[in-house]
Amino acid sequence: MADRKTGQTELLYVTSGDMYQPYSYSLGRLGAEFLNTIKEEKRFLGARCPGCNRVYVPPRSVCGRCHMKMEELVPVSDEGEIVACAIIEFGFVDPNTGIARPVPYGTAFIRLDGADTALPHFLDSVDREKVKVGARVKAVFEETRTGKIMDIKHFALIDQYRRPGGSNGFSVE
Amino acid sequence: MGKRAAIVGFGQTKGSSSRKDVNGIEMIHEAVSAALADAELGIEDIDAVVIGNMDHFEGINYVDMWSVEGSGGVMKPIIKVTTGGTTGTTVAMCAYYHVASGLFDRVLAIGWEKNSESDTTGAIITAYDPIWERPNMAGAIGGLAVDASRYMHDHGVTERDGARVTVRDRLNALNNPYAHLRQEWMRGKDVATLVDLLVSSEENQVLAYPLRMSDLCPRTDAAAALIFASEDVAETIAPVPAWVLAVANRHNTVYYGDLDWSLNETLEAASRQAFAKVGIREPLKEIDVCELYLPYSYAGLAWIESIGFCGPGEGRRLLWDGVTDMDGEIPMNPSGGVMSSNPIGATGVIRVGEAAIQIMGKAGLRQLNRDVKIAMATGFGGCYWADVLLLGKNKPL
Ligand SMILES: [Zn+2]
Repeated sequence: MADRKTGQTELLYVTSGDMYQPYSYSLGRLGAEFLNTIKEEKRFLGARCPGCNRVYVPPRSVCGRCHMKMEELVPVSDEGEIVACAIIEFGFVDPNTGIARPVPYGTAFIRLDGADTALPHFLDSVDREKVKVGARVKAVFEETRTGKIMDIKHFALIDQYRRPGGSNGFSVE
Repeated sequence: MGKRAAIVGFGQTKGSSSRKDVNGIEMIHEAVSAALADAELGIEDIDAVVIGNMDHFEGINYVDMWSVEGSGGVMKPIIKVTTGGTTGTTVAMCAYYHVASGLFDRVLAIGWEKNSESDTTGAIITAYDPIWERPNMAGAIGGLAVDASRYMHDHGVTERDGARVTVRDRLNALNNPYAHLRQEWMRGKDVATLVDLLVSSEENQVLAYPLRMSDLCPRTDAAAALIFASEDVAETIAPVPAWVLAVANRHNTVYYGDLDWSLNETLEAASRQAFAKVGIREPLKEIDVCELYLPYSYAGLAWIESIGFCGPGEGRRLLWDGVTDMDGEIPMNPSGGVMSSNPIGATGVIRVGEAAIQIMGKAGLRQLNRDVKIAMATGFGGCYWADVLLLGKNKPL
């Protein structure tokens, strides 16, 4: 609707439509071995840096801090500790799938025992008393696994135990 | 030999949730025209343009050319810069590099965003690593909520402490005609009452525990522009130029899971480098005002510790003692900050511009009631990279 005399007009916009542009990201050899080992053996691997000795989970072949190539894979536990967490209550569309994520859900960065870095994943709880920094968790795997990070169904809270001095295993210079 | 450089003009559009009356190019034109008017320059005086936004928010991938009519860059050198949340501060730093190199005398730095044109949460998730972190993370809000969980756990911080930061920034925004969120209902109420209202209100919904709506910044449409000038011309353009004293930036890791969650490592390192360049030993005493990129409430506690205004866990004491209020020792975010307007690609430009106008004495109702000699501006990008700029009234040696 336009009215030239008053300069009033209805403000409009155009939409792009439902765009669909899928990508295929390479995991690299260590990343692939990590997911293949979860798929076939329900076990976790990390990459150890020969320079600083950090164990990276998920593994990748370069340590940024040392700028050094990593080749050694070491086993890490399927249990670990929450280093940071949240309970998501707002609904939004997951850009990976185009599907609205069901809310609420618990999410956390989990440092598996034997690793120095943390893996983000979903939790089996939305209980504010239990989803806490320092809480212990254990991986629960999907029955049918396809070589994706979602082969881990979620991490289950196992108890309130916190390791002594359980902050990051390394310090930042 | 490099040249000294100063900010000699600043312009911005009023932030709003949706500017359907203009397209992006037209909105950029408004900000550029305001900056040129502020410096009393014409577009013909500009030697080069640096412009930035977050490409995927609007789905425009060649903003340097796409925006050329609005930016005023027709047949001029233009560079596009995109660094996520820090885009605006990096645009400013890049314009500074142009002038400091001695190759250009007057350079326009532009940041803009039309957040209304796409889904911000969906767009921000693409900042996370696509293989390992994107499937499980929840946009900016989820990332900030996990950050808050750790800081609250480490230092026994409560939601009242977070709300204290929100209240400061939103009260300051009432003095800023360009701020997006101007919450008139807050006017005239005392801080403790406002904090109580925020933490007890049922309308103040929890979005990602522990964060409520009031802990988060808005999504804003706006553009902002700065003019940088070399020492050869700066003082002939502006009576009081805001000199660039130091710029610094740090990146550490793309993986959130690799972070040492106990501090903001990049902001700490960039601040230290900038302070060392200027010879600042006690930032709390020596810096007169800050415009900090604080996208959510708890950053106003944790990150001022990383900058070095106080020790770990002491941020809330500074807030509750009023040290960071307009009449405190180190006023933070007189503009209302990111908590009151977040047009992402423009946000960093606004931080630098708001710091500059405090030095230039052009901040209107939000001008500090004292001489501003050193002002600090920061930029934040998720996950956790940082830009720091220090501006000064005195021409650097
Ligand atoms: Zn290393």
